[in-house]
Amino acid sequence: MRIEGLVLTISFSYLALLFIIAAWGDRRAEQRRSLVNSPTIYALSIAVYCTAWTFYGSVGRAATTGLSYLLIYLGPTLAMLCGWMLIRKMIRIARAQRITSIADFISARYGKSGALGALVAAIAIVAIMPYIALQLKAITVSYGILTEYPRQTPPALSLTGFWNDKAFWVALVLAVFIILFGTRHLDASERHEGMVTAIAFESLVKLFAFVAVGVFATFVLYQGPADLFATAAQLLPEAAHHFGLEQIPGGALGWFGTLILAMLAFITLPRQFQVLVVENVNEEHLKRACWLFPFYLLLINLFVIPIALAGMLGGSTTGEPDNYVLTLPLSAGLNGLPMLVFIGGLSAATSMMIVETIALSTMVSNQLVMPLLLRWRALQLDQRRDLSGWLLGIRRVAIVFILILGYLYHALIGEAYSLVTIGLVSFAAAAQFAPALLLGLYWRGASRTGAACGMIAGILVWAWTLLIPGFALSGWLDTGFIEQGPFGIETLRPYALFGLEGWDIYTHALFWTMLVNIGLLVGISLFARPGHLEQTQAALFTNALKPEAEQAPIWQGQASRRELFGLLVRYLGQSSTTRLLGTERPDDETPATPQMIAAAEQGLTGALGSATARILINSVVRGEALDMSSILSILDTTSQTLEYNRRLEQKSTELARIGEELRSANERLRELDRLKDEFVAMVSHELRTPLTSIRAFAEILRDSDDLDREQQTHFLAIIVRESERLSRLIEEILDLARLESGRMTLHPEHCDLQELLSRALEAVTHLFQERGISHELKLTASPCPVIADPDRLQQVLINLLDNASKFADENEGQVLATVAPYKRGFRVTVEDNGSGIVEQEREKVFEKFHQIEQARSLEEKGGSHQRPRGTGLGLPISRGIVNQLGGRLWIDRSERLGGACLVLELPRAPEETTDVD
Amino acid sequence: MRKRAESRLLALTILALLLFSPPLLLLFDRPLGLGFSALPVAIYLIWALVILISALILEGRHED
Repeated sequence: MRIEGLVLTISFSYLALLFIIAAWGDRRAEQRRSLVNSPTIYALSIAVYCTAWTFYGSVGRAATTGLSYLLIYLGPTLAMLCGWMLIRKMIRIARAQRITSIADFISARYGKSGALGALVAAIAIVAIMPYIALQLKAITVSYGILTEYPRQTPPALSLTGFWNDKAFWVALVLAVFIILFGTRHLDASERHEGMVTAIAFESLVKLFAFVAVGVFATFVLYQGPADLFATAAQLLPEAAHHFGLEQIPGGALGWFGTLILAMLAFITLPRQFQVLVVENVNEEHLKRACWLFPFYLLLINLFVIPIALAGMLGGSTTGEPDNYVLTLPLSAGLNGLPMLVFIGGLSAATSMMIVETIALSTMVSNQLVMPLLLRWRALQLDQRRDLSGWLLGIRRVAIVFILILGYLYHALIGEAYSLVTIGLVSFAAAAQFAPALLLGLYWRGASRTGAACGMIAGILVWAWTLLIPGFALSGWLDTGFIEQGPFGIETLRPYALFGLEGWDIYTHALFWTMLVNIGLLVGISLFARPGHLEQTQAALFTNALKPEAEQAPIWQGQASRRELFGLLVRYLGQSSTTRLLGTERPDDETPATPQMIAAAEQGLTGALGSATARILINSVVRGEALDMSSILSILDTTSQTLEYNRRLEQKSTELARIGEELRSANERLRELDRLKDEFVAMVSHELRTPLTSIRAFAEILRDSDDLDREQQTHFLAIIVRESERLSRLIEEILDLARLESGRMTLHPEHCDLQELLSRALEAVTHLFQERGISHELKLTASPCPVIADPDRLQQVLINLLDNASKFADENEGQVLATVAPYKRGFRVTVEDNGSGIVEQEREKVFEKFHQIEQARSLEEKGGSHQRPRGTGLGLPISRGIVNQLGGRLWIDRSERLGGACLVLELPRAPEETTDVD
Repeated sequence: MRKRAESRLLALTILALLLFSPPLLLLFDRPLGLGFSALPVAIYLIWALVILISALILEGRHED
């Protein structure tokens, strides 16, 4: 009894230490010097995954089924490797929507469905209760071994002697602990900092205890691993073959199935959701946790095989494989180490029970009890003024209820089940949340009906393939149906459903449950028509990591401030309501702002879960309380895409336009190139014609001496005329070149347009007479002062008159030249009575090459017996000069004579200098 | 933490899944000495290596 007293003193002192640590953590949090704001504490708190099942069961599993124990830790390692993407997304969603449990998470994803939340909560309780019982059993068994060694018969469990069972008292202490540190705040989304600190501490204790046993077994009992393995190979030759793949139940397939099962369960176990998501302080902490937690798992598994081997070598002194961790140091006659191991096991068990109970009690109160109570009219809860006390009360009762249920389970059926079986059966049940959770995170189309049907079917198949046969094997039922199938139907044998034989029971169950679960979820979702809220929630969940998923609360619907305030006070109490809404109790009926309604819903969600909060908010908000924020965020994404499309379209039209421009420019360049070639040919031709005649007449003059004087003079005159023509041509070409390159220099001065026109007419008079063309000049009364280079302008006027004479009617040619003021300048028009120029051709006339072509074509038509009508460079040169003088030159139809009308417009010279010249 | 690190983590997860799954795992299941299989040693080594690589990716240059 002395040792019993010592063990009790030490273990309850340890529990007392947990209270102190938790209280310290909470104190620090209140002082704003949070302890848990550290990635290392976060990673250690995740190690709540390692329960008593890890602590005692790993070695047991290693000794019986070889390496399969590793799968339980490799799965979470894989999950944490992609945790930065997956778990960060969950954390962000949970923070934005104030989600407090996995039931709430799934319910919120599928349109804040209360029924779905209740379903998840119910499944979680059924699945996890045995797991809690397992922890209590580990405490009872380890206590029994520690105090009674070397007697190793497990203590008889029965309800009648529960006050002798230390596990009962531990459960009681834990209930007090959880109520103290787990329900301090009404808002379950607020972190339980003290509790997390205590959990992290417990993680260190269990790691230290386990490594201590490992070091003891390897280096104290034996001289290092080499000695241990050599001894094992010598004494237990069959143990050497124990750690291959063929030892795994189900072989390679069983290995893979259990790996996936552990990976899914790690994410979906309620306590893991609690520490990973709800208790996370800062999502950056994930960065360290994603590798530190797997490292923790590696460390705690490092000595499993050595301990297992040493235990197997111990024979009868070490007894059951599940107890090796404790019996190994006991068999060596130590006192301190077994105590440490017991404390390590106790810490593994208590940490799991603490977190799991908090997670489950939140689910029970928010998803099951509160929605029921609110609907239960007889209670008339909706008329009570203050319900915040109720909420905390319900949660505390739930905690006690869960622990008592766990204890009952442990006391009544604990003896029948082995540790390992319970753990993996729980995993398989928790894994039923995985399709709804993971598909819901990445597939927008996953629907509420699909998720519900998938989970219900999955859990039914789970019950048939794992739970019920487990009960049967525990001796509760007749085991006949396992071998022969129910009512002799062989295809329904629980361990070989539809004849699928040769698999281990967990992989078999995982395959069938996932098949129906995922199959129904996907299949029904493809045909479901989700409601508005469900669609917006789906969009918010799937887009959670995208930056545009920020929520701006915009509510459609109205509520008065007084009503909203009243609602919050009833559920959250006066002080937190004032903090949430930022005002003292308002008595006016002014409408609440959208932000206030959104804050109110978030506050209620934290305390009651999203589904209940939605119902309560809808009870005071009139009109459609649709989550406009989410709709807007979806619209935002869509409109961004549309905007992108629009811009792309704009760009492509622009590109098409530029391409079109380039093509037309190219065509024009080709045309110009062709015209240039023609121009060069024409110019050469033009130059050659006078040159040929000059040369011909010069040769005649040189070779024939008998020419008479008159003939000589005639020939010389021709030579002179052709030379003049040649030089005029060259002059024109030069002018054109100067104009085009912008090197033509003009000498502008004041001059009178009328005078220039009369002089130009005089210059061409004899030409007109020669061609038999009558001409007329119309002048104005006043002078027409312009600023121009007189020589060049005269050249232009002469050119216009010359052109007119060329294109006038051949028989009775008429040319009319007028000058008149027009607006702010003067207009000179030169009209003829020729055939005129069609409108499309008018601008082309000013293209230097075009004119030549036209001239030639006219020539080819034989329309003129004369020499070519000029070089065709006159008009382009004229327009160039006029443009440089600031005027315009174009062609119109002659009103009076019916032919072409060339119009020249020049601005009037400035006033003060009009008298000059 | 940019997209590059995320894709590396994803690739590492898939690699680890492949290495921890039967077809590749069977390659390590051969006698090491004293009649023991090399499998446990191989798994622990791969495990440690995967953790090391993920720590390098997560804590490396992206520390902020």
